[in-house]
Amino acid sequence: MKKNWPLWEVFVRSKNGLEHRHFGSLHAADEQMALENARDVYTRRSEGVSIWVVESKHITASNPENNGELFEPAHDKVYRHPTFYDLPDEVKHM
Amino acid sequence: MSEEQIKSLEKQFEARIARDEKIEPKDWMPEKYRKTHIRQISQHAHSEIVGMLPEGNWITRAPSLRRKVALLAKVQDEAGHGLYLYSACETLGISREELYEQLHTGKAKYSSIFNYPTVTWADMGAIGWLVDGAAIINQVPLCSTSYGPYARAMIRVCKEESFHQRQGFEIMLKLANGSPEQKDMAQDALNRWWWPSLMMLGPTDAESVHTEQSMKWKLKRKSNDDLRQQFIDQTVPQAELLGLTIPDEDLKWNEEKGCYDFGEIDWDEFWQVVKGHGPCNKKRMQDRVGAWEGGAWVRDAAMAYADKQQDKKEKQAV
Repeated sequence: MKKNWPLWEVFVRSKNGLEHRHFGSLHAADEQMALENARDVYTRRSEGVSIWVVESKHITASNPENNGELFEPAHDKVYRHPTFYDLPDEVKHM
Repeated sequence: MSEEQIKSLEKQFEARIARDEKIEPKDWMPEKYRKTHIRQISQHAHSEIVGMLPEGNWITRAPSLRRKVALLAKVQDEAGHGLYLYSACETLGISREELYEQLHTGKAKYSSIFNYPTVTWADMGAIGWLVDGAAIINQVPLCSTSYGPYARAMIRVCKEESFHQRQGFEIMLKLANGSPEQKDMAQDALNRWWWPSLMMLGPTDAESVHTEQSMKWKLKRKSNDDLRQQFIDQTVPQAELLGLTIPDEDLKWNEEKGCYDFGEIDWDEFWQVVKGHGPCNKKRMQDRVGAWEGGAWVRDAAMAYADKQQDKKEKQAV
């Protein structure tokens, strides 16, 4: 029997009010060990108040090769930004 | 992909780096970029892991509880740094097992400095002060290297590293101001660690094979000789503060150049240690491989337990 520990991605909320952010990854046998290892590896100096771990194989990522069709359509939609609209100076804050 | 397409991709790739854009794991990259990064990042990770061994030697022998908790925390940081770096390296498509395999079979290198023995408590001071000092000089420029995961790991490493150097300097300061025997011990440690620390910054520019390409990829931002000069210039005044003498008769301030001149480094010794003939090369690998093999049953048991729990959960769900 030879099976290696799977890879996990670690997300940490550094303080309440902030979102969880990707901190890195690690290997662990199961979710409980992944949480404990994440605490030791990524929060030795009070860097967090909450940790998420998810096995890396469950993450679906976009492919940078498709960045053109995925993200470029947004570039020519300037009307989604407030500066697209011409307003007289008298309208001070809008 | 045709050769022409690859050429054009390479050109775009180099342009991105020149514009200071970061390269992320799923981006296209030249094979050579991938290989060079695997080599450098893994070498770096291995150095952190093997670097725990010479200091681990002194955890149980630390002279006070204060020193013991500090040394323990430092060694734990090194394990952490090794783990950040291994996972950065794995994003390049190599598995953790392959990386360990390369270390254990001697295919991959680690920093030669860890092949020197730690014979007195003062060595803990000298390592923190000099070895971590040289490591910081090497590492700070890497915080802005082109490969995203490596740069992010280095930012974390550098943040944590300055405590290591300060705790080392404090040990030296205490010994240097202690009894004559303690001061001698500090001087002796400086005598033994000075030259290997200078060697840590790598072969001279004339001998360095990877510099040009690495500069382009921002894997290196300053040449080995420049880094070494920077290390010497910052460390000499610290030795003076300690009242210790740097073991180099040719060391003197060069008014004209505004930096220190220093003596010839024994590069034969450097290459001997790199090739495996240092005082502790065999011992370090024995300890490392021994720990890995001795821990195999624990890893297997944890995996077996995890699988069993998973099975149970699935059966309950049915």
